[in-house]
Amino acid sequence: MIEVKNIRKGFGDKIVIDDVSAVMEAGKCNLIIGASGSGKTVFMKCIVGLFKPDSGEILYNGRNYIEMTNEERKEIRQQIGMLFQGSALFDSQTVEENIMFPLNMFTKDPYHKKLKRVNEVLERVNLKDVNKKFPAELSGGMKKRVGIARAIVLNPKYLFCDEPNSGLDPQTSLVIDKLIKEITTEFNITTLVNTHDMNSVMEIGDHIIYMYQGRKEWEGNNKEIIFSKNERLNEFIFASEFLKDAKDMRMLEHTGKINGDRNIS
Amino acid sequence: MTLFTEFGRYLLMIKGMFSRPENGRMYWKELMHQCSEIGIGSLGIVVIISVFMGAVSTLQTSYQLVSNLIPRSTIAQIVRDTVILEFAPTLVCIVLAGVVGSKIASELGNMRVSEQIDALEIMGINTKAYLVMPKIIAALIMIPLLVVISAALGIWGGRLAGVMAGVIAPNIYDKGLVQDFKPYNVFFALVKGYTFAYIISSISAYYGYFVKGGALEIGRSSTRAVVVSCVAILFADYILAALLLDTE
Ligand SMILES: Nc1ncnc2c1ncn2[C@@H]1O[C@H](COP(=O)(O)OP(=O)(O)OP(=O)(O)O)[C@@H](O)[C@H]1O
Ligand SMILES: [Mg+2]
Repeated sequence: MIEVKNIRKGFGDKIVIDDVSAVMEAGKCNLIIGASGSGKTVFMKCIVGLFKPDSGEILYNGRNYIEMTNEERKEIRQQIGMLFQGSALFDSQTVEENIMFPLNMFTKDPYHKKLKRVNEVLERVNLKDVNKKFPAELSGGMKKRVGIARAIVLNPKYLFCDEPNSGLDPQTSLVIDKLIKEITTEFNITTLVNTHDMNSVMEIGDHIIYMYQGRKEWEGNNKEIIFSKNERLNEFIFASEFLKDAKDMRMLEHTGKINGDRNIS
Repeated sequence: MTLFTEFGRYLLMIKGMFSRPENGRMYWKELMHQCSEIGIGSLGIVVIISVFMGAVSTLQTSYQLVSNLIPRSTIAQIVRDTVILEFAPTLVCIVLAGVVGSKIASELGNMRVSEQIDALEIMGINTKAYLVMPKIIAALIMIPLLVVISAALGIWGGRLAGVMAGVIAPNIYDKGLVQDFKPYNVFFALVKGYTFAYIISSISAYYGYFVKGGALEIGRSSTRAVVVSCVAILFADYILAALLLDTE
């Protein structure tokens, strides 16, 4: 479980995260949604400690992360898996070496065991025949998936994914969503996902935080989001006619009637 | 940023390097990799400059020594001492500042900008220890070695040029080489080699590690790494000469 209490973060005089609090429970997919530039990435980087918040507290299972010594923080970090928005693969290493890197660093397993694990996670992210390729030879979506594979290879206790689905086709996107959901419940991981993919929101959104210009504007789950009357949220999430229709269908499913004021604007 | 805060940040980087490795084997592998990058990677250019600087010193020394009162073997003696005292350590290190320094700065800069350093940090790895330390140690091992190789090749190049141009016979050159040979000069050259190796690797690592921005900044900071390393080398060269050479 990760608790975030009143964190603020600014760059210069620009406030990017403004007094956000949230509780991310283990075993649930916690989603941060919001427009481009709303501060999702900065929020995530504050939680993992790549940015130091200007104020506020971050608790990992009740332990204050910001005030820890370097050694204590390292210990927590070895239980973190993170996918960066730009994948952040080691570009001098092959896909296999990239994914094996955490295993090489933190386990004493023999090579064949490590290789087996690498192939296992590659299969889970739907990638084949890329072991010996370098990151520069992969498409954006493939890099994302290698990034996810590297993030989960050590069975982390905390999983952070910054836009795991951007650049993926709908089908692969679904595979990734399912994977995230599965491992989250299976290993009781505390998972935090930044996304603007509405499919993911509906599929795996156990706990959704909507960020608007650095503030927490709305919070709930993927059922509640359909009935939300928050105007900004509705505008953001049900932006197209297609999505509005989808919303109506879901409402019909849950309540047996379509909301009259469908064109909330 | 002022010079003062930059220097403070540099010291913090050096201090941050010292921590227990997460996995000794991986650190060792990285060290070996850096040794080959730094040592083997710049061997070619070192060989070329060394031979030519020895050759040119012989020809120019003989041009300057017009008097018949001075024995020809003195040429060899002068070439030997200038190569060992100044050319092999300082000139070679200035070139290495360009070759090795820009490589270190751009490698780290690229890793910083593409968030690879962040990714390592999040895995719980001390990136100062894992990325910076092996580069500095590898430089400390390989650069003095290159200086020694360069001195030997420089003296050999001088002999070659002297013979080819007919300014000095090989046996006279060899006789000159052992005249008044001071082993202390070799020690002095090695002190320079170690000092410059540290300067090149740590300054370049600093500029690479703390890059902010994108590809443009990587280029800028590797240029700055080379310029600052060169100035620091020349400065240290003077200090060492003033401190270690008995000039009275
Ligand atoms: N290192 C930084 N220095 C200064 N400003 C920054 C920095 N990183 C982010 N910002 C600013 O913070 C704001 C939020 O950025 P952030 O990357 O968190 O957006 P985001 O919600 O992740 O957007 P996207 O969906 O496009 O990834 C932006 O206005 C950005 O300009
Ligand atoms: Mg982002």
